[in-house]
Parts: sequence; C-alpha cells; structure tokens
Amino acid sequence: MTTAVYLWQVGVCLVATGLAPLFAGWVGQCRAMLQNRAAPPVWQPYRMLRKLFHKEATLATDASWLFRSAPYVVFAVMVLAAAIIPSLTTQLPVARVADAIALVGLFATARVFMALAAMDIGTAFGTLGARREMMMGFLTEPALLMVLFNAFLMAGTTALPAIVQSTLTPSHAMLHPSLAFAAVAFVMVLLAENARLPIDNPSTHLELTMIHEAMVLEYSARHLALMEWASWLKLFNYACIGFTLFMPWGIATQSVSVGGMAFALLALVAKLLVAGSALALFETTSAKLRLFRAPEFLTMAFLLAVLGLLVHLLLEG
Amino acid sequence: MEIALVVGFPLIGAALLAVIGAQRYAAEVNVAISLATLLAAAALVIRVIRGGAMSAFDEQCFIDPFNVFLVALTALVGFTTSVFSRPYMRIEAAHGHVTTGRLRLYHSMYQLFMTAMLVALTTNNLGFLWVAMEAATLSTVLLVSLYRTRASIEAAWKYFILCGVGIALALFGTILVYVAAEGRLGGNGMTALLWTHLNAVKGQLEPTVIGLAFVFLLVGYGTKVGLAPLHNWLPDAHAEGPTPVSAVLSGLLLNVALYAVLRCKIITDGALHSALPGRMLMGFGLLSTVWATFFLWRQRDIKRLFAYSSIEHMGIMTFAFGMGGPIASFAGLLHMTVHSLTKSAIFFAAGHATQTAGTQRMDGIRGLLAVHPSVGWGLMLGALAILGMPPFGVFASEYLVLTTAMRDHPWATPILLIALAIAFAAIFGRMQPMVFGDTQAPPLPHPPSLLPVFVHLILVLALGIWIPPALAQWYRLAAHLFTE
Amino acid sequence: MPAPTFATQVLQTLAGALLLIAFAMLAERRSRRLVTLLIWQGAVLVTSTLLVAVTAHLSHLFFSAMLTLVLKVGVLPWILLRLMHRLGIERDNEPLVNVPTLMLVGLGAVIFAFGLAQPITALATTVIRQTLGIALAVILLALLMILARRKAFTQVIGFLALENGLFFAATTTTYGMPMVVELGIALDVLVGVFIFGVFFFHIREQFDSLDLHHLESLKED
Repeated sequence: MTTAVYLWQVGVCLVATGLAPLFAGWVGQCRAMLQNRAAPPVWQPYRMLRKLFHKEATLATDASWLFRSAPYVVFAVMVLAAAIIPSLTTQLPVARVADAIALVGLFATARVFMALAAMDIGTAFGTLGARREMMMGFLTEPALLMVLFNAFLMAGTTALPAIVQSTLTPSHAMLHPSLAFAAVAFVMVLLAENARLPIDNPSTHLELTMIHEAMVLEYSARHLALMEWASWLKLFNYACIGFTLFMPWGIATQSVSVGGMAFALLALVAKLLVAGSALALFETTSAKLRLFRAPEFLTMAFLLAVLGLLVHLLLEG
Repeated sequence: MEIALVVGFPLIGAALLAVIGAQRYAAEVNVAISLATLLAAAALVIRVIRGGAMSAFDEQCFIDPFNVFLVALTALVGFTTSVFSRPYMRIEAAHGHVTTGRLRLYHSMYQLFMTAMLVALTTNNLGFLWVAMEAATLSTVLLVSLYRTRASIEAAWKYFILCGVGIALALFGTILVYVAAEGRLGGNGMTALLWTHLNAVKGQLEPTVIGLAFVFLLVGYGTKVGLAPLHNWLPDAHAEGPTPVSAVLSGLLLNVALYAVLRCKIITDGALHSALPGRMLMGFGLLSTVWATFFLWRQRDIKRLFAYSSIEHMGIMTFAFGMGGPIASFAGLLHMTVHSLTKSAIFFAAGHATQTAGTQRMDGIRGLLAVHPSVGWGLMLGALAILGMPPFGVFASEYLVLTTAMRDHPWATPILLIALAIAFAAIFGRMQPMVFGDTQAPPLPHPPSLLPVFVHLILVLALGIWIPPALAQWYRLAAHLFTE
Repeated sequence: MPAPTFATQVLQTLAGALLLIAFAMLAERRSRRLVTLLIWQGAVLVTSTLLVAVTAHLSHLFFSAMLTLVLKVGVLPWILLRLMHRLGIERDNEPLVNVPTLMLVGLGAVIFAFGLAQPITALATTVIRQTLGIALAVILLALLMILARRKAFTQVIGFLALENGLFFAATTTTYGMPMVVELGIALDVLVGVFIFGVFFFHIREQFDSLDLHHLESLKED
C-alpha cells in the first residue's frame, strides 16, 4: 500500500462529503419543479451550512456531553461509512477492512447516538422522535440485511468491493429476478431510513408525524449543521449502496488511476442525477402513510427481500 | 354417432329452451329433449353391449365399461328429473316463487348442465374433462340462485367461489399431468392428454409429477364430490336451489366429479406403484362419512338433511374405491348407481313434501300420508332405501363395502358401522313424524308427479335382488381397471 | 448448471414480476388499483407467452398470447371497470386488517409452493420448468387473497389472479395446453366473469352492499 492509495481514500471521503449536500439540493430542486414551485438553487444546502456554522450555538441548560458530542459522532460515522462503500473504486483500503454487515452496524451506531441525544434534553418531542426512530430502525435493519443477503448469496461474499467485482464480471452478466425483488425492497428501506415520504416528510415539522425532525429539534448552529450534513450524507451513502448492489457500472475495478477515477466520478454523478430525480418523482406522487401503517410498509420490504432470496434459490440456485 | 346424439340433444335443447323456455309448453319440451337424450343413451348402450368399448371423434371421445353405465344413469335420472320438474316447477310458479323469465333460464341451464355432465363422462381428453366440469359448475350456479332470495344467493356464491377455486386446483393438476405426459407422449397436446394414451403408458410416467398432480386433482374434483372438509358448499346449494336441481346435483354431479377423481386415480396408481392414492381416498372417504353423520343430527331442514346424507354416501363410495380390489370397486360402482337413483327419488318426494307443508323445516312437515299418501310413502321408502335396508340395492353395496373393509382394513369397520348406525337413527327418527302424524295442510294445486320416485325405487329394489348380466359385466370390467 | 440463455433469464424475471404483482395484490386495498394490477399481470403473461412462442417456435402459442391479450388485458378488465362504474364502487376501500400477518402467511405459502415444486424442478428437462414453483406460488397467493377478502368484487379479482397463475404454469412448463382446451378454458373464464357480474347485481339487490359480511347466515345448525 502506497501513500497514494490513502490519499485517494481521503479524496473519496471528501468527494462524498462534498457531493452529499449537492445531492440533497438536487432532490429538493426536482421536487420543487415537480410540484410547480419556484425551485431553490441546488447549492441551497451549502448556503444553509455556511449560515449555520456562522451562528452561535445555543445549548439547553441540562444538555450533557452526550448531546454535545452526538453531532460529531454521527457525522464521523457517516463519513466512515462513505469510505467503506465503494462508490468510486473497489481498490481502496478501508472498504477491505469492513464488510456490508459492519456498515449496517455503523448506521445503527449513528442511530443510537442520535436517539440518545434526542432524549438527553428531556423534551417531549425529542423522546417521541427517538422512540419512533428506534421503531423504524427495528424494522428497517432486518429488511436491509435481507437485501444485502441477496447480494451476498449471488457474489458469495459479504464484502462490498467483491460484490461489485463479481457483478461486473462479464460471465456473470445476467438478469437476476431476485435482484429485482431486492431492489424494490432496498428502495423501500432507503425511503424509511432517510425519513423520506411516505414514512416521514423531510420538509415539515408536523409534531404528529415527524421522526427525524423531532430528534434534531433542540440543535442549533454548528451542531444542527453537522446533523443535517450527516443526514444528507446518509442519503448519499444509501444511494451509493444501491449503486454498488444494483448498478455498479462505471465503478473503477482496476488499480487506482486518475482517468479511471474521473470516469467513475462522472458515472456516479450521472447515476445520482437519475436517482435523485426518481426519488423526487416518487415522493411527489406518493402520499404520507399514517405512522401506524409504517410497520406494514417495512414488513413488505422485509418480505420482498426474503422473496428475493427464495427466488434466487429456486431459479438461480 | 350415438355419442354425438347423446351430447348433441341436450345442447340443442339448451339453445332451443333459451328461446322458447318461457312458453307454457317449455316443460314438455324439456321432457321431450331429455327423453331423446335417454333414447340416444340407450342406443349407445346397445351398441356397447354388442361391440364393446369404442372411441369416436379422433379418439377425443370414448366409451368403456366404466363410463357407459354412468352415461345411461345420467340420461335416465336426467329424464326422470325433467318429468318430476314439470309439475314441481308449475307448483312453484303457482306459489309465485319463480317468474316465467326465470323458468326460461331454468330450463335452458338444466339442459346445458346435462350437456356438460355428458361431455365430462364421454370425453377422453383430461383437458376437456376439466372444461366440462367447470361448465357444469357455471350452469348450476344460476340454478342454485334461481329464487333470488338472500339465502339462495349466499348459497350460490359459496358454491361458485368454493367450486371455482377447487376446480382451478384441478386445472393445475391437469397441467401437471400434461407436464408428465409430454415427455412420454410427445408435445402434441391432442394425444398427450388423452386418458387412453396415458393409461397405456402410465407405468413410465414420472412418479413425482403425477403424485403431485393427483393431490391437486383429488382436492380439486374432490371439492365437487363434496368430500370433507371441502364440502361446505354442498348442503347450502342443495337446500336453497329448486328441488329438481338438488336431485341432479346429488344424483349426478357428485357422481361425475367422483368419476373424474377415479379416472385420475387409475393413472396415478399405475405411475406410483404404491397404495398412496388409495390411502388418500380412504382417508377422505372415511372423514366425509363420519363428519356428515355427525352433522346429520343437527339438521332442521329436510333438504340439508339429505344433502349431508349425500356427503356421507359419497364418502362411503370414495372409501370403497380407496380400498381398491375387485369386490370393493364393484361395490363402489354399484353404490354410485343405487345412491344416484335413491337420492334423486328422495329429493323428488322431499320437494313435494316441502311444497305441501310450505316449509323446508322438518318440524313444519307433518302427516304427509294424510294429504298426499304417495309423497309420504315415497319419502318413507326412499329413506329406508338410502339407510341400507334390505332388499334395496344400497344394502347390497354397503354390505360388500363392509365385508371387504372387515377383511382388508378391520380398523375401519367399526367406524363405518357406527357412522351408518348414527345416520340411521338421525334420518329414521325424523321421517316418522313427517310421514305419519296430523296436519291441516291443503293439497297441492297441481297433482304431484310421483312416478319418477317409484320408478327409481323399483330400480333400486331390483338392483338389490338381481343385477343384469351386462351391468354386472361392466362393473367387473371397470373394477378390473382399478386393480390392474 | 450452465448459465441459462438470455430468453430464460427474461422469462425468470417475468416470473419474478408476476410474483411481485401477486404480493402487491394481497396488500392492495383499493379496488381500482387491484384492477390495474390485474391488467399488469395480464401484460406480463402476454409477454412471457410471446417469449416462449418465439424461442420455442410454437405458432399456437402466438394465438394463445393474442387470446390472453384480448381477454386478460382487454375484455376482462373492461368488464370489471364497467361493473365498478355501474355498481359505484370505484372508490371503494377495503379495510384489511393486519397486512403484515397476511404477508407473512403469504411468504409461508411461497416457501410451501417452492418446496412442493422442488422435486419437479430438480428433474427438469427444460430450464423453463423452474418457473413452476413461481406459478404455484402465484396460485396459492391468489387463494390466500380470496380467503382474506370480505368483498365480492375483490374475491373475483383474486379468482382471476388464480386463473392467471394457472395460465402461466401452462405456458411456461408445457409450452401451453392444446389449443382447443385452452379455448375451452378461456370460454369458461369469460362466462364465469359474466356470471360474477350478474351476481354482483343480485347480491346488491338483496343485501344493498357487496360486503360479504351479509352472506353469513347459512351456517351449520
């Protein structure tokens, strides 16, 4: 391992961190356009971050160290996750040391910190949001794991780079009905995990329904900025997991080179553009589910993923 | 040629009655068509007696000893039922239960139903067998709901959904048979589904596929046979439809469905080389018999009572065919015949009894002998016959079933005996007050037609004493099909 | 096992889509969307039949594909939509309790179906036979749907979904039943739907609703 590789690794993390707000901005813009509203510019999230970082942070009087450290932990976890996911290349060192199951664990860590921090202040909304978030996590994690198992079964490994490699091998190029099930399930998990419609509406603060917003309600300034940034990164990460599992085309599998990385970056941006507009389209056309319907939605995701496994065993085994 | 006539007459009749069914003379036309069918069937029987088994239409139809007597039986009961239905439906119309428009539907569907059953019996193609069974269901659904009361619509819906689902499973079974046969008989579908061809190569068919197919076919057609626990539609459909329909459902349709199961069983036996299909039939049969006899006790409605009795008897037949062997199969075939005749006779009598009393509830039916002695005697004798009193034919067949069971499967004998005893007590106890006793009920506006009842009962009596050699020969040859 | 041909892959994907639609139907509450799903199912059937017809060079399958197109994508949904319109149940919403449990039972049914089809799949001479398990699963899911529904209209849709599963089994495992038989089956289905349609009006006339809760007076007594 040369230092260059580590530099690339840092670069990938930076790209992810930098692109994430842009992706969120793009989704927001698409939604606005689809809803016939005047669209905010795509870089609106950056402006928001700048504004928030310039403000003075206000903390609740009985906020503990947990509350103060949570934004940093969550943000760091998301950056680490971005390093694990082979969004641009399969040749980087961090991706090799942690597999997809570890990734699920990382997301869970972030969730726990967020929930604890939300309860730390002791306000009603925070507790409410935390409780709902934990319920969602309880339902999404098995579904996500099942989706991943589909890919594991197909590639025979739990390492994401290897999965990409195997999918990109020409002799393995075939239609997998099981992956279709897994893909649908994954999209459902993505929506639930990232507090999107139809589970949660990211653009409102309705106390009866909010989940994510309820948890970050007490944060301000740089803490809020980090929390928001982390949530954008999470969306970005999920999108990248989706790309690695279901459409890995363009990801560099050869040893790291400038040309390969540039091409991979281009492919990634293109995929993000498509995925972002698809997400916006889906959110515009679907209505928010009542909260007690959410388990139903996620059970469906879980079942689809399991079905994918079964179909794999029957048809492709 | 005769086959074409047997199937053609009712089909033409259905079309004809669809046009003129509302006329005053429609019932007579219905009788005439049924008579023509019966005559054609008689011609067919004579031809088979002279020339043996035959096939027609590029082997798509065939007649062998197993189905020839069923064709004759179906044509006969179809005819007598049409004779019975003429005064019965007149009385219903006089009571204001049906309109002339409904009578048109009734007559047309009656003939269509006969067509479907005769096609099912004569076809050699398992695919057509399915199509005909489904057509039989469809044509009877509207007959069951003829009165358009809440209860009859509910019964028809239940019948439709349950039998529709059942028959869909049978189609899956048929597809699986085709899967198995395709490898053996080539992809030409016109021959790969022919029963005679399948029967010829049954030893080489893939056992796993055929075994699975048989499960679906048994459950599918078994629903129509009324085997427990899939019998739920049967009492409702029998109780809520017009009585002639109950008579043909019980007397004919159940037989045809059992016939379909048995055709499939013959092939499965050959492919599996094991007793498993027989065991399954025995299990379903015994369960149906016992289940039905316990429900017999709780019935308050005379038609429901005899509907459960039909389930019981279909159970006995299924059990007999499940045991297999020449004697048990012979008994099963005989029981098919006598049950069909007896049960339709009972429904005829019960139909007039309910018309006399104005209710189907048994505690409302009293003193039939006083009002219409022939109805009273018909019901009483019919009940005695179906309960297996000697010298009626039912006694002979049940005796054969019991003795075979005692020899081959002793554990089943006490169960059967207890079930028969319970059925006896349940039905006989109910008959007495209905037939004897006092009543103020007025006589019927039209004279009831009890001729079919007594013709059937005399036939059953005759079969209990002497079986014609040709029929006995067919039974033996058909039983041979099950045992080879 | 050698890698299946591209046509087989497409066929398997279509089979997967069929299963997916069957599950969606199980959970769908709106009658209108159920009809849409039924149309989709019909379209998938037509595509798969055409695919089999092209790859196996079987001309009669073209006819049966056309028949399916006319019947299952055209006529039957049209009848259903018209019925919905005339009965005024286009916006009907069926209260389904406990969809997750239903889904889990459905999953069990799929596992059961796959297990049942496994021995046949194992001795498959054609790769196509592997879809038998999926066809069986679709059939069982449709059965489950009929059992779970309390409205006459949705039960009928379940019934048609069942028929679709059967048709899929027939085309993909055996290259289709003989044409005459298939015509007979199609006729039965069509007549069946007509009778169902007649029934809706009878039921509504008698009970003022298509809710089958009213149809529970006939019990064992």
